[in-house]
Amino acid sequence: MIFSAYQTHIFILIFIYIILVVSLNLALGYTGLLNLGHVAFFGIGAYTSALLALEGLTYIAAMIAAGLFASVFGYLLVIATDRLRGDYLAMATLGFSFVVYSLLLNLRDVTRGAMGIPGIPKPTILDFTIRTNDQYLIFVLLVCAISVFIMYRIVNSPFGKLLEATRDNAVCLRVLGKNTLSLKYKAMMISAFFAGISGSLYAHYITFIDPTSFYISELILVLTIVIVGGLGSIKGSIVATALIIYIPEVLRMLDLPSSVLGPARQAIYAVILITILMIRPKGLFGKVDLE
Amino acid sequence: MILSCRDIHKSFGGIRAIDGCTFTVEKKRITAIIGPNGSGKTTMFNVISKLIKPDSGTIDFNGRDVTGLKDYELARLGISRTFQDVKLFQNLTIREHLQIAMSDSNEKLLSSIIKGKNRDSQNIQEVMDLVGLDKTFDTYATDLSYGQRKLLDLAIAIAKPHSLLMLDEPVAGVNPRLRSSIKEILRELNSRGESILLIEHDMNFVMDLVDHIFVMDAGRVIAEGAPQEIQNNPCVLEAYLGGSEEESECWK
Ligand SMILES: Nc1ncnc2c1ncn2[C@@H]1O[C@H](COP(=O)(O)OP(=O)(O)O)[C@@H](O)[C@H]1O
Ligand SMILES: [Mg+2]
Repeated sequence: MIFSAYQTHIFILIFIYIILVVSLNLALGYTGLLNLGHVAFFGIGAYTSALLALEGLTYIAAMIAAGLFASVFGYLLVIATDRLRGDYLAMATLGFSFVVYSLLLNLRDVTRGAMGIPGIPKPTILDFTIRTNDQYLIFVLLVCAISVFIMYRIVNSPFGKLLEATRDNAVCLRVLGKNTLSLKYKAMMISAFFAGISGSLYAHYITFIDPTSFYISELILVLTIVIVGGLGSIKGSIVATALIIYIPEVLRMLDLPSSVLGPARQAIYAVILITILMIRPKGLFGKVDLE
Repeated sequence: MILSCRDIHKSFGGIRAIDGCTFTVEKKRITAIIGPNGSGKTTMFNVISKLIKPDSGTIDFNGRDVTGLKDYELARLGISRTFQDVKLFQNLTIREHLQIAMSDSNEKLLSSIIKGKNRDSQNIQEVMDLVGLDKTFDTYATDLSYGQRKLLDLAIAIAKPHSLLMLDEPVAGVNPRLRSSIKEILRELNSRGESILLIEHDMNFVMDLVDHIFVMDAGRVIAEGAPQEIQNNPCVLEAYLGGSEEESECWK
């Protein structure tokens, strides 16, 4: 193959994260729904898909179910937080990710708690089982392309313009006869759906998940990427995901001891975020200001 | 009669912003609400358009009791309104604003994705011509001057399907030339059969424009009539010149 095994691994992660990041941008950047709980949708999707596949469901059905189940939580999150603003909203959505985390940890009968779920089967699609990472790369590339294409169509459609209008001025949109609450539900459910799909791809790639895969550090990573790429820019999200997920690869080439690798990566994320916020507050390709 | 408000009350904390306000608006006329700053004109607009829930009172629109409706439901019944401080979508273009205004419901997600962008440029051109906003459709709202924003705001209200147009200080802060051109736009709309209710605190602007005036002070209507009657009404001068409330003849 053209790529080294490690590069293939990184590319697979990049495509999985592109879906996750673009879906967050759809809610946060395009619709203005502050959501610090996005990684919870990713985790819900991963667990749903893994558990259903282990029960014998075919992969595509498990993946769609993962998206739909995450959507249900997206709906619930909007119900629970619609009246909140600013810091309270941030706290509540962050709280949502803690709640999901602790459910994954404590519903041991279903999730096996901290032991996690091993042996998640590789996807089988129409009798073809994906075994090698090269095959998986092609598969995630395909799912990523379809997902991003759908989200791209959504944000550029008249419906997508209503989402942006909700973000810019919800009151003004309501006096034009639009139900902004229903728009928020739909946006959050679409966002959660694709985060769930992305979680499914992740679970069946890594084949082992536990609650720590879906915790704060992941959240910070995903938020960093969205902000670096720019709110309200799908192109920005894609470029920033590729850049930021690729960083570990660069570090690896530097031959650092593994004990400093982790901290060095976190430090580089922080530096990138701060630099971007200082020189380009709207991110690489963003057009919307952070409030 | 297209709109009727009966005995509306609304307090903010201790402030009685609306204190028993009653008025009716006739079809195909231009009606003005005038009154000094803080007299409750904007609050009445917000109550009518359901952005604020009144403490008591009822509202009829087109012969239907709309008191219990939500803001967007009422808007769909045919009320179009502007805000005193121009409200636009800062990251959308002129075209996108007007397209949103023209479609009278939430876009259906699926058909919207499949169809993609809609481009009914002709209707957009018509409203742009009507308000005299000479800008390319792809201009962002943030790139417009205050006067142009005011015109776009008016264009949006006109483009939205409606049977009553409610304008909150349509000429506030604009230069004299634009003032008179907005006046002409309103005359033109009215000659096409539009019913317009507008707020204005400058009495002179409305005198040669409107058919009927309600004067508000301290949250209620203190006088109403044709412009000439209002001009000669001592209570109105009282309200504008700020006489003490107890002495006024108008509070009985
Ligand atoms: N949201 C609000 N909260 C508290 N007080 C308000 C609010 N809106 C209006 N008021 C008060 O109600 C009164 C009427 O205001 P307003 O309707 O804006 O007057 P006008 O439009 O006639 O100038 C004022 O005293 C104003 O301070
Ligand atoms: Mg006002």
